[in-house]
Amino acid sequence: MDLGISALSYVNSIKNAEFTVEEFISKSLERINQVDEKLHAFLRVNDLVIKNAREIDTKIKSNQNVGKCYGMPISVKDNICIEGSKTTCASKVLENFVAPYTSTVISKLNSEDAIIIGKTNLDEFAMGFSTEFSAYGPSRNPWNTDYVPGGSSGGSGVSVSANECIASLGSDTGGSIRNPASFCSVVGLKPTYGLVSRYGLVSYANSIEQIGPLTKTVEDSAFLLNIISGIDSNDNTTVDNKNQDYLNNIDAGISGKKIGIVTEMTNSEGLSTDVLNATNDAVKTFEKLGANCEQVSLQMIPYTVAAYYTITSTEAGSNLARYDNIRYGYEFDSSGFEFNSYISQARSKLGPEVIRRMILGGFVPSAGHAGKYFLKALKVKSKLIAEINHVFEKFDFLISSTVPIQPFKFGEKIQDPVSLMMVDFNTVTANLTGIPAISVPYKITNGLPIGIQIMANCLEEHSLLQAAYALEKTVDLPKVPV
Amino acid sequence: MTKIGLEIHCQLTKLESKLFCSCKADYREFEPNTNICPVCMGIPGSLPLLNKSAVEKATLIAMALDCKTPGKIAFFRKNYFYPDLPKNFQITQLNAYGNTSIGWEGRILVEDKQIKIRRIQLEEDPGRLIYEGATEKTKLTLVDYNRAGTPLVEIVTDPDFETPHQVREFLNILSDLLENLNVSDPGLEGAMRADANVSIEGGSKVEIKNIGSFHDLEKAVHFEITRQHSLAERKIEIIQETRHWDDRRKITVSARTKEEEAEYRYHLEADIPWVRINDNTKNQLRAQMPESISSKKERYISKYDITPQVAGILASDRYFSELFEKANNETNAKDVANMITTDIMGLLDTREKREISKLEAGHLSDLAECVKSNKITRASAKLALDEIIKNGKPLSQIIEVLDLGHLSDESTLSDIISQVLNEEVKAAEDAKQNPETVNFLVGKVMQKTHGKADPELTLTLLKKNLDIE
Repeated sequence: MDLGISALSYVNSIKNAEFTVEEFISKSLERINQVDEKLHAFLRVNDLVIKNAREIDTKIKSNQNVGKCYGMPISVKDNICIEGSKTTCASKVLENFVAPYTSTVISKLNSEDAIIIGKTNLDEFAMGFSTEFSAYGPSRNPWNTDYVPGGSSGGSGVSVSANECIASLGSDTGGSIRNPASFCSVVGLKPTYGLVSRYGLVSYANSIEQIGPLTKTVEDSAFLLNIISGIDSNDNTTVDNKNQDYLNNIDAGISGKKIGIVTEMTNSEGLSTDVLNATNDAVKTFEKLGANCEQVSLQMIPYTVAAYYTITSTEAGSNLARYDNIRYGYEFDSSGFEFNSYISQARSKLGPEVIRRMILGGFVPSAGHAGKYFLKALKVKSKLIAEINHVFEKFDFLISSTVPIQPFKFGEKIQDPVSLMMVDFNTVTANLTGIPAISVPYKITNGLPIGIQIMANCLEEHSLLQAAYALEKTVDLPKVPV
Repeated sequence: MTKIGLEIHCQLTKLESKLFCSCKADYREFEPNTNICPVCMGIPGSLPLLNKSAVEKATLIAMALDCKTPGKIAFFRKNYFYPDLPKNFQITQLNAYGNTSIGWEGRILVEDKQIKIRRIQLEEDPGRLIYEGATEKTKLTLVDYNRAGTPLVEIVTDPDFETPHQVREFLNILSDLLENLNVSDPGLEGAMRADANVSIEGGSKVEIKNIGSFHDLEKAVHFEITRQHSLAERKIEIIQETRHWDDRRKITVSARTKEEEAEYRYHLEADIPWVRINDNTKNQLRAQMPESISSKKERYISKYDITPQVAGILASDRYFSELFEKANNETNAKDVANMITTDIMGLLDTREKREISKLEAGHLSDLAECVKSNKITRASAKLALDEIIKNGKPLSQIIEVLDLGHLSDESTLSDIISQVLNEEVKAAEDAKQNPETVNFLVGKVMQKTHGKADPELTLTLLKKNLDIE
């Protein structure tokens, strides 16, 4: 049995009775036991999965209706709520938080007979790009365990890459799906803002974040998007997926399509030579596939990272204000404290990155400074949206590397927050503008992965997945060494 | 010159559910912390879902107060820490970046003075703090989140009031208006709350908070004006501050902690997309808007020839005006109106009494009819009303049971009159000398007949008997 198979081939194998759900799930659990002590993709593994697997096997044997997922093991980032189980956001503040309700994406997966095999590690409250900010210790990159797996959905990326499960759900606020997808050599899709319900996703920067899949293949991302997208009465910001089948004609190719190579993302200061070479190579590949590629400049790009941190810190300051240690938190004696000093004392136990952003979030939108920071950031955002709209009048897709650099070693960037911020230089544009973007594994250089990012206009997931599929079919990457 | 401005918070109590979830808007009947859900408790991952009816009801208020209304509205987060605020921010509205609140620049006439409405916004009410057995050493603060998320409309006026009396009049008018619009029940405890800001010539603005009732508000404003004048006379500077109304001592006291410049870090609430309110919607809302109190009053006067005072009483009270509209059939309007303002107003003066009352409009029109056709007297009608309110039985049955039927049989009445004249010899003599005193004897006959005697026939027979004109 190959635990590395895609979701689509898993479904075929189950249908052909090559193995049972229970057999596959048991093997997956064995694999987790084997490798996860080292990789630390999971914060918790669901102990009911064998029972779930048997139930689905019974359904299959007795010819009952079975959901599209046929019991495939899917891991979920630990900032997505499941009723009755812990959702910690990799923070000590939520160490004992048990969600009283189930998020929409999980309900949808459950109704299609997916098996949620466990909750995966992340940077605390999804703030970071390496999982080094997890309060429960970092995850490790399966391609080389001395290196970070990317983040914040690092555990999700690792779990899929190391074949501990078939697919995973992550969340992407500034690249948090695409970055670990690129670092771990899996496919990662950030859908259009509103295409997937955020009900049950613990908010960090709610105006720009989305839930999306991390998968072994582009087809698998299309398969999962079919299940999790669409209007949700529990999330007023959701949009209609118009019952699209994202798998339909996924092999249509990209002949004649116009692709813009984002100039600012291919000559940025921090871009590594290996990554630049891979990007240039991908451009040649696209051209061979019949697409027309040309350079396009987006003048707002140099300001996006600053705008991104200004906006996300403002929203984080508000979204995380509820963790005041009154209803969530630690054992902490409140006697002798006045209300405000008590909660500031309690909140001092949040991790360093969260505190950094909370402090920033208290400053940039404040009455005396909003004009200089927060309002300027909003202006960058609206100008960027105008630029993107204009560019997509001419181009079908925009491309760049997903991350300007390859995975880095633990501790290499954690002391230098500003250089860590530049890691998301290529990814934040899709969040600020709401457009969909996907990271496709493209190369293994020096034993470490490089992903290529493709972006499309809002709600153009269908053609985006076709382009990603075309690129994916041109590469043949080695198997993960773990 | 004295300037007074108001900030009124009014709950939309007529709505089914809270502003952003399906918990009940009417939280008053619940045990503490049982009218709650992940949304109004701010449980991680929950999202606010806008109650569209709240937007409509709030827009009705804006229209009734002659406000400008926007093409689309937006919500903002007002961030501050307080234990009654589950998310540590309040979802509210803001006009700092363009007018996107429910309404702005409205006006209302109070005793011929125009009071400008600065803005109206829709927001969520926080939970309630309850201080239990609080002593200086061990203070126990309990939080009840049943109220958290209740739809609240904030109405802010310009500082256009000059006297506490105007403030009180305004609040009465506003309260009647909200009731008439069927958006709120201002009589419910805590449904309508107001803060005031007061300044006199040459002084800074002082805010007064924590005022329990309109009556106290009037007193608090009065106290504050007096306090500021006495400071000014002694040439003491009036500083800008927030003062609390001390209900026990009936004075305003400076808020203990010096309130710093408020820092609310306002920003857009992205979880609630902008809501379009197009002209079509506005026209529909306008069409379903109940008739205003002043237009009702005018109509009653011109159509039914009712005195302005009676018309005003009927029009400004939603319960009475509905009763009046249903019971009158044009010919009996005056009688029905008088019956409401003289008898029913006294019998049904509180919302509790109205809630348990069994009186229906049909009773009232039957009563008016019976009085008009001399079946029963006006005095009997009042006795009947008392009974109807208690048990709601048909009027005919009540007349029978209470034996209220009119006494207009001439011979029976003549017998009673003879009895009275025998007992009241002196009064009979007086009446002969001074015919105007005959009413005393009419009253005596009424007493003997428990109000059933036909007053006109009694008078005629009395006069005949005493031989007076």
